[in-house]
Amino acid sequence: MTTTVATAGATDSPYALTHLDALESEAVHIFREVAGEFERPVILFSGGKDSIVMLHLALKAFAPAAVPFSLLHVDTGHNFPEVLEYRDRTVARHSLRLHVAKVQDYIDDGRLRERPDGTRNPLQTVPLTEAIQRERFDAVFGGGRRDEEKARAKERVFSLRDEFSQWNPRRQRPELWSLYNGRHAPGEHVRVFPLSNWTELDVWQYIAREDIELPRIYFAHEREVFNRAGMWLTAGEWGGPKADEPVETRLVRYRTVGDMSCTGAVDSGATTLDAVITEIAASRLTERGATRADDKMSEAAMEDRKREGYF
Amino acid sequence: MTGTTSPLTAEQLSATTLLRFATAGSVDDGKSTLVGRLLHDSKSVLTDQLEAVERASLSRGQEAPDLALLTDGLRAEREQGITIDVAYRYFATARRRFILADTPGHVQYTRNMVTGASTAELAVVLVDARNGVVEQTRRHAAVAALLRVPHVVLAVNKMDLVAYAEPVFAAIAEEFTAYAASLGVPDVTAIPISALAGDNVVEPSANMDWYGGPTVLEHLETVPVSHDLTACPPRFPVQYVIRPQTAEHPDYRGYAGQIASGLLRVGDPVTVLPSGRTTTITGIDALGRRVDTAWAPQSVTVLLADDLDISRGDLIAPTASAPGVTQDIRATVCHLHERPLRVGERVLLKHATRTVKAIVKALPYRIELSSGLAHVSDPAELAVNDIGAVVLRTAEPLPMDAYADSRLTGSFLLIDPADGTTLTAGMAGEAFAERKPADAAQDDEEWDF
Repeated sequence: MTTTVATAGATDSPYALTHLDALESEAVHIFREVAGEFERPVILFSGGKDSIVMLHLALKAFAPAAVPFSLLHVDTGHNFPEVLEYRDRTVARHSLRLHVAKVQDYIDDGRLRERPDGTRNPLQTVPLTEAIQRERFDAVFGGGRRDEEKARAKERVFSLRDEFSQWNPRRQRPELWSLYNGRHAPGEHVRVFPLSNWTELDVWQYIAREDIELPRIYFAHEREVFNRAGMWLTAGEWGGPKADEPVETRLVRYRTVGDMSCTGAVDSGATTLDAVITEIAASRLTERGATRADDKMSEAAMEDRKREGYF
Repeated sequence: MTGTTSPLTAEQLSATTLLRFATAGSVDDGKSTLVGRLLHDSKSVLTDQLEAVERASLSRGQEAPDLALLTDGLRAEREQGITIDVAYRYFATARRRFILADTPGHVQYTRNMVTGASTAELAVVLVDARNGVVEQTRRHAAVAALLRVPHVVLAVNKMDLVAYAEPVFAAIAEEFTAYAASLGVPDVTAIPISALAGDNVVEPSANMDWYGGPTVLEHLETVPVSHDLTACPPRFPVQYVIRPQTAEHPDYRGYAGQIASGLLRVGDPVTVLPSGRTTTITGIDALGRRVDTAWAPQSVTVLLADDLDISRGDLIAPTASAPGVTQDIRATVCHLHERPLRVGERVLLKHATRTVKAIVKALPYRIELSSGLAHVSDPAELAVNDIGAVVLRTAEPLPMDAYADSRLTGSFLLIDPADGTTLTAGMAGEAFAERKPADAAQDDEEWDF
């Protein structure tokens, strides 16, 4: 009887894919499954790094043909101008169709009310779900990753949502092999997460490998910021700073791109992709823990928002 | 020391391979502690996550941080102190990146372990050294064998509670390895550990100098991956036909898909199934690069010499080793849903990229995992978590391999046509592999660490 022990040399098989190639191959498979099985898919595109990587993967998956999906951006009205500029330039370059659902429109006509804390991120859910219903999207790609948050760690690659876009973690379909079940009733849709198995570091390494352009706010730059609840927020028309929150100019960058009112910058001198990767690899904080106020609201903040239809 | 915690260079990081593995263990075997230690010692638990766990532990009156809170992500799980679903965890060392399917130990275990094991290249089965091989251990070994997970690690935990005694470990390892071999598990590595004290998880144990093998992490870092897929006959399920119809590419017609097994080469004569037409591969696009050879699990686009009628759901295979095509499938299944599976039921069968109608013709037997894999003949139904044999008749012919030959082209799902519910996971062919005839090395009575 024998117990075998592999040697280190065994991993040098010429057919072992690098981890980035394996993740890329899996994500492309997911995009093509959706293209093959659904009528009206859409990619959620915020101009953030995860959605930028998603679009890059979709472009590769269908080349030399065009991406057979349109894009949807839920605009909180508190976006970084550099990101909107990037969004519009990218859409034009690839001749894509962009749908924009605006939180501001909902506030202006009274369908949504501004929150006392000024944060608009939780308000995105209603415009998102209504856009899905209005446009009859049946598959909605999100850039969510399971490493981001513990409720996301339980998320399926194909995640069925009911006609109210609700996520029910107890009624998720088991997902085996690479057999994704996208069947749904009329009115229901499936949220699809091709980056499920990627980590923040994988995303950055892939961006470096593929030489993907990003909005400038991901790299260190001087910015007028103020401190609120331990985070550096950008001063702006969205409602900050208050009188007792002094503004200062700091060298910062962003790890995530979301609504200005709840996305914090981190002190950083990283001006290149290599410097960013070195910084992330050494960081002792998760990207959400470091820079997202919306996840600090309660122990189950993400789960609760996902149940309501958040992506 | 392996599992370095110093920052890795970009070059180190991008050259690493990916290992998918699953853990299985009963409630008190120390699975959370093992997972927690692997995550913690590989720097994958970050400060804010630890602080959140400490806050939550304190607020419920616990003195020490409860590492299970790291992995129990849902409100209901935290409220009830149970794990209700598979969670996926990510960690990395200088040598490799890992995707861990963390499968719950006690509720609905079979379904969850089957889910976790379906994509795993390695399964870690935990045993409490004080209890040895128990019913649950046999169940975990059986599921790993059933899903044909290529590598199994037996982690004999809580060695600190048996005075780090070698004979205790040797007896458990021998019993487990013999049982696993009888199920056809090809490769078992037994490691004595204490997840709590940290012996042989990441660091070699000073308390067990009689053990000369790898630590758990060292083994995870060095076990070979993907070797079995490329040695198998090539299988290429067509996912999507790419036809740009642009001025630049007026005649491009590519068949996009992920290679399920084997290698594809330009010049290979191939057969398209189920039609049986033959042609030749004239080009392979590997996501932007024109290549001569591609292999599983790469996603590629294949160009063929002839304009055949090929669409999503077809399978391209070498003419010399094409699979048979059949409408009658005999398979081992794990039933996943509370709604039972009965003879006469009409279902949808999803195989690779094709979904067809099917009818359940017979349920020849159910396997009693708890009592030595006894077969219960002709059960009235398969209930949730049951494993058994099914005979299916499909509305259209399918090119299906035996699961033993290909995990991807030998597997399928049964789906309820009314509401799309995933009912059953299927593996074509018989449940467990034949025990391999002993070769010279296996006659060796010594433990070869």
